[in-house]
Amino acid sequence: MTVVDERPAAEVGAPRKRKEDARLITGRTMWTDNLTLPGMLHLAILRSPMAHARITRIDTAPALAAPGVVAAFSGRDVAETQGSLPCAWVVTDDMVHPDHPPLAVDEVRHVGEPVAVVVARDAASAVDALGAIDVEYEPLPVVLEMDEALGEGAALVHSDKGTNKSYTWIYDSAEAGHGQAYDAATAEAEVVLRKRYVQQRLIPAFMEPRSVVVDPTADQVTIWSSTQIPHVLRVLIALVTGLPEHKIRVIAPDVGGGFGGKLQMTAEELITMMAARRVGKPAKYTETRSESLLAAHHGRDMYQDVELAARRDGTLLGLRVRLTANMGAYLALLTPSVPLLGRYMYNGIYKLPAYRFECTGVFTNTTPTDAYRGAGRPEATYAIERAMDDLAAELGMDPIELRRRNWIGHGEFPFHTVAGLTYDSGDYEAATDKAMSLFGYDELRREQAARRESRDPVQLGIGVSTYTEMCGLAPSRWLGSLGYAAGGWESASVRMLPTGKVEVLTGTSPHGQGHETAWSQIAADQLGVAFEDVEVLHGDTRTAHKGLDTYGSRSLAVGGFALVNACQKVVDKAKPIAAHLLECDVADVEFSAGRFRVRGAPADAEGKTMADCALAVFAAHDMPGGAEPTLDAEAVYDPTDFSFPHGTHLCATEVDTETGRVTVRSYVAVDDVGKVVNPLIVEGQVHGGVAQGIAQALFEEAVYDADGNLLTGTFVDYTPPSSADLPDIVSDRTETPAPDHPLGIKGVGEAGTIASTPAVVNAIVDALRPYGVDDIRMPCTPERVWRAVQGGDRS
Amino acid sequence: MTRISITVDGVRYDDDVQPRTLLVHHLRERLGKVGTVVGCDTSNCGSCTVLMGGESVKSCTVLAVQADGLEITTVEGLAGSDGELHPVQQAFHDRHALQCGFCTPGMIMSAVDLLAENPDPTDAEIREGLEGNLCRCTGYQNIVRAVRDAAATMRAGASEPAPAAPEEAPAPAPAPVEVGS
Repeated sequence: MTVVDERPAAEVGAPRKRKEDARLITGRTMWTDNLTLPGMLHLAILRSPMAHARITRIDTAPALAAPGVVAAFSGRDVAETQGSLPCAWVVTDDMVHPDHPPLAVDEVRHVGEPVAVVVARDAASAVDALGAIDVEYEPLPVVLEMDEALGEGAALVHSDKGTNKSYTWIYDSAEAGHGQAYDAATAEAEVVLRKRYVQQRLIPAFMEPRSVVVDPTADQVTIWSSTQIPHVLRVLIALVTGLPEHKIRVIAPDVGGGFGGKLQMTAEELITMMAARRVGKPAKYTETRSESLLAAHHGRDMYQDVELAARRDGTLLGLRVRLTANMGAYLALLTPSVPLLGRYMYNGIYKLPAYRFECTGVFTNTTPTDAYRGAGRPEATYAIERAMDDLAAELGMDPIELRRRNWIGHGEFPFHTVAGLTYDSGDYEAATDKAMSLFGYDELRREQAARRESRDPVQLGIGVSTYTEMCGLAPSRWLGSLGYAAGGWESASVRMLPTGKVEVLTGTSPHGQGHETAWSQIAADQLGVAFEDVEVLHGDTRTAHKGLDTYGSRSLAVGGFALVNACQKVVDKAKPIAAHLLECDVADVEFSAGRFRVRGAPADAEGKTMADCALAVFAAHDMPGGAEPTLDAEAVYDPTDFSFPHGTHLCATEVDTETGRVTVRSYVAVDDVGKVVNPLIVEGQVHGGVAQGIAQALFEEAVYDADGNLLTGTFVDYTPPSSADLPDIVSDRTETPAPDHPLGIKGVGEAGTIASTPAVVNAIVDALRPYGVDDIRMPCTPERVWRAVQGGDRS
Repeated sequence: MTRISITVDGVRYDDDVQPRTLLVHHLRERLGKVGTVVGCDTSNCGSCTVLMGGESVKSCTVLAVQADGLEITTVEGLAGSDGELHPVQQAFHDRHALQCGFCTPGMIMSAVDLLAENPDPTDAEIREGLEGNLCRCTGYQNIVRAVRDAAATMRAGASEPAPAAPEEAPAPAPAPVEVGS
């Protein structure tokens, strides 16, 4: 008989309901702010009300007299010892990289910057005492807008640097050897689209405010933080504070997502550490929502000057992008790199002969920007997908037809792009065909024509977005070549317990993504154990000691790979044990369906299970010659390349030309994220991602007044969408397995956000093209849409 | 300080509180009911929603003294004493209506209140009914599905023939346990 050596895939691919839910739906969750330690003190932080000012006087002594106050200090008190918040990505040799003290010392450079702290016995007393701190500010000139900041004679955010420019970074496909020179390739272009698209400033607006608890009394100083990056944070704390790394333990307990907003080493973490160590007692800081919107890092905020050259038949000849990116007042952990991640994606899914990308990072008196869901890739996708629709309109061509003429055919993979990446696999035709069919594309186009014909005040628009993204951050060699300080590997460990139960340790750090469920599914299949018998441990540098955490759609693509490797090591270790138990030669043992059997034995032969082997090594009474009595294994995987999910999103909007109101009538998302471990989780990621992308298109913007005060400092003003604001979407998939991943998976965390923003805005603009409208700045509020209709050429 | 007596998830608590103390801070910091969370400071996000006297309130917008003499139900008190999940909790699990789960306690409590008022809501009514509760992870679609499912479960439960009357009067519910503090 034939022995099938394939492990069963009972779990991977199944829509398992999540293990995490049990505690989350019953209120047993361990958020950082839920933690109370004996003798714990509470912090409140005084923040700058000025966007740019010199601190001429600061006196915290009056706060000490307030009831319950234990300590109070300002930046001046700790100026010599507090260190500087790190930026881990030096993108050019001459990058301007100012100091970034956790507590401002002599100058404040954005509203919300911490200037002093009060430590008290309870949180209310700490807040009460803030008012007693005496600060005098001498206002300095404020610069908020990027073109102005780069202009002659502009006020300087950092006067000692002599410029508001942090860096200019250039990629040229000819110089890099990945394509032609832009000017030469486009010399005979018949049409050149030139547009400035604007990425408004967004706020990640995770629901759980940031919180940190520090216990300085433990042998290892222990930091609980609502962070996405406990492992990275531990290294950074050691580097910034000088505290030896082995004397630091970081715990990310239950953490509320996140979306890049908690991919940071924060001033608040360092300030709480300083406070706790000064008073020698545990201390907690939990921000208010107002503080969070003001001071947690923001996202996006870029000008995208795009030039797209083509022939009249639609053939693309070249793309030039000049990007101006707002850094805010300082460089936070990854600030300068976020726009640069977009460099790889502006060419989208298209075959382009030439590509030039120039990016300038600019300082302004605003909250620093950094990663927000997609981090550079949504911006890039927005620009190219808006440009493709605009070009199609210019050419009088259906926007999908224009894309078909230029995209990479499914037979052309792996495909080396003009941006220098190699796309692993994809089938843009299949995803688009499926999306068009689910959407009823042709029928909606007919309805659109009829409404245009009848001059219906409510016009119908159809928006197209065919995207790809780079997932699985990242090959360490690639990160190093771009100036990032760390690598991109991920780790997993498997502990086989004596009773056959399993502990999986992962270096990823979930905050809503369902790793406990998905990792259990993978381990169950790989080890032949029950889903319920796997416990996934994470987010504590003492247990899951090694990892690079969760961001950039990397956890399953990289961490899942490590887990498969760790499980295979366990199986390899168990084989000689099983052979010994089965009294056969190890070469004759096969592992299938969770059982070790002698080769050629009937499929229903009892054999030995992983649990049998685990018990045998626990007892260790009779180990085969020289075998180490353990099945535990660790694996670290460094990806060889990115993975490239893709998809086609179609959006139909109804736009009331009399009121400017936009209604999303239908939305179809067909995503190809490779093989899927848990379709329930994948669908959830798509839903949430699309919602955040729609939010950028229609609702959200961080707005400053002329003095640099944040006008959108509450949820009333920032307007993240509620259930009443969002549509149901139709979500479906095509499946092109990642060729280089053992599970064929690609990553899904950011796809929805990347795809949906251009789909929605393209639909609005498409509805209004007969009114002479070819762009509307995001968010496309009723007022902006109405003004566009009024101001456009109606002819 | 003001003396208040409130019953939270079936347990009575007598405490002296500052008049300015918010109900949510009293629940979390004094009573240890940390299942109810604080997501904002402007009454927008709904994460802190509990039932007070049977109706949903945002507990960041209620003073603890206003709850004096009232019954409070939080997400921690929703499941049966045997651990059986409330139909809304079960439906949130079944429909993957949560991801990070921070908004979930408030979202569940608002949904419970919504279904008490409207046992058979349309999707639009669910969306309108929950618009005071923000979720950043799910896009709400699965939350709407879950509430729809829970409504069906609860209606089916309500229309089942009443169990045969017990021969003896049921034992009275246990008296609230008094916890001093």
